[in-house]
Amino acid sequence: MEAFLHQLFSGLASGGIYASLALALVMIYQSTNHINFAQGEMAMFSTYLAWSMINSGMPYWWAFLLTVIVSFVTGIIIERIIIRPVEHAPVLSIITVFVALLVIFNSVAGWVFTYTIKTFPSPFPQQPLFGNRYISSHELGSIGITLLVLVALFLFFRFTPLGLAMRAVAQNPLSSRLVGIRVGWMLALGWGLAAAVGAVAGMLVAPIVYLEPNMMSGVLLYAFAAALVGGIDNPFGAVVGGFMVGVLENLIGAYVIGTELKLTVALVLIVGVLLFKPSGMFGKVFVSRV
Amino acid sequence: MPLLEVTDLSAGYTIADVLRGVSFTVEQGGITAVLGANGAGKTTLLRAVSGMLRRRGSIRFDGRAIDSMATEDIARLGVAHVPDGRGTFLDLTTEENLRIGAYTRKDRGAVAHDLERVFTYFPRLKERRYQQAGTLSGGEQQMLAVSRALMLRPRLLLLDEPSFGLAPLVVQDIFSIMRAINTEEGVSVLLVEQNAGLALDLADNAYVLETGRVVMSGTTEAVRSDEAVRRAYLGY
Repeated sequence: MEAFLHQLFSGLASGGIYASLALALVMIYQSTNHINFAQGEMAMFSTYLAWSMINSGMPYWWAFLLTVIVSFVTGIIIERIIIRPVEHAPVLSIITVFVALLVIFNSVAGWVFTYTIKTFPSPFPQQPLFGNRYISSHELGSIGITLLVLVALFLFFRFTPLGLAMRAVAQNPLSSRLVGIRVGWMLALGWGLAAAVGAVAGMLVAPIVYLEPNMMSGVLLYAFAAALVGGIDNPFGAVVGGFMVGVLENLIGAYVIGTELKLTVALVLIVGVLLFKPSGMFGKVFVSRV
Repeated sequence: MPLLEVTDLSAGYTIADVLRGVSFTVEQGGITAVLGANGAGKTTLLRAVSGMLRRRGSIRFDGRAIDSMATEDIARLGVAHVPDGRGTFLDLTTEENLRIGAYTRKDRGAVAHDLERVFTYFPRLKERRYQQAGTLSGGEQQMLAVSRALMLRPRLLLLDEPSFGLAPLVVQDIFSIMRAINTEEGVSVLLVEQNAGLALDLADNAYVLETGRVVMSGTTEAVRSDEAVRRAYLGY
């Protein structure tokens, strides 16, 4: 029982990280119908930035905050400079651009920071909190931060005029322009937010998977699976999917197929959802009258 | 000086021009109707004014050239476009659809006031306030589209076939509110309609569009009494 609970909680912790990254994917997908394959590498690069700041003596939380801000701005710049010119290009060209971004971030990280595996600090204490035996402080802290990010995003999209405008653009860009919304900037803002959320996910997962240029490849696969399970166009679904995938992966890994084959769970989920229920659990069930 | 002055406008989607050398005006506080059959270029005309497609020629709004401005900047000048197909944000609620109309405005108090005013024009929308807009009927969505445009506090309202696909009673409702908006709030209107009888009742000036050219124009009385217009568009 103790072991089971331990697996469950650690599944929830990594699930939160998958949920964040899945949410980043969905945010961009909703407004542009594109999957940003470079989302994971961008998060990895952000984590390296945080690592450099911490290594140069900056306190953890300052580095955390600064990394989120820098990632946000970088996300906006990438959309404006690299994605904007190919906005109306055929899908294959856009995928090529995303893959190119992925390779560039990966190689530049390797070139600047070397491929040596580094440890990344956790801001939470080594000892489990409240003397419990089931969940480490980092896992509990990750879940907390993830939930904080999710709630903040929800409040932003639900209750602010800017959040409303971003939702409007995702649904009907033409109509949005007719009421004076600068659609291009809203898309860029979406990229910024996705990059910022990705950065948080990177910094939370780095103490577990260690810091190296390929650290996010597995995580991104789980995030894909999460987004698909939840329904690729539904932010709420992405979050639920993230936690589900995290728990499933851990439990199946621990009790059924062994940790070496854990990644297969993600792949099986991806193929399974695409084959049997392409819209996912919460995919668009649209009510409309003409 | 007219509020909207369009001179020698040509516009189209790809290579070929749909509109060829169209000129017309909308007076301050006036209502101008553009009549024409399917495919005459009515919707294209409104889209050209809003900068939604490739266009050549001069378009001046309140004395200012807007013929090379982006759609969102034209909207910000106070030109509200009720598009073909109504442009509803289907997943948002009715109220959110209205709030998005006032997105560019900073005067929050006045926006709240305008929201109530729109609800007095269209009480049906108030009943549907928290409902997903995609579940509204066609008529309600048309009311919503007009209301969303009004939330911008426009000086010029571009209306694309507001009667399209609606029951006659709903159409009458919408047209009488349009008149109220024009007389009480001084909003100028450029109305594009297939239903010539309705449009001529509302407007001061009318233009008849045929295959991308203006073939006749004048006051509504003059246009209404024209033999050819009467036969082709009014059907008697």
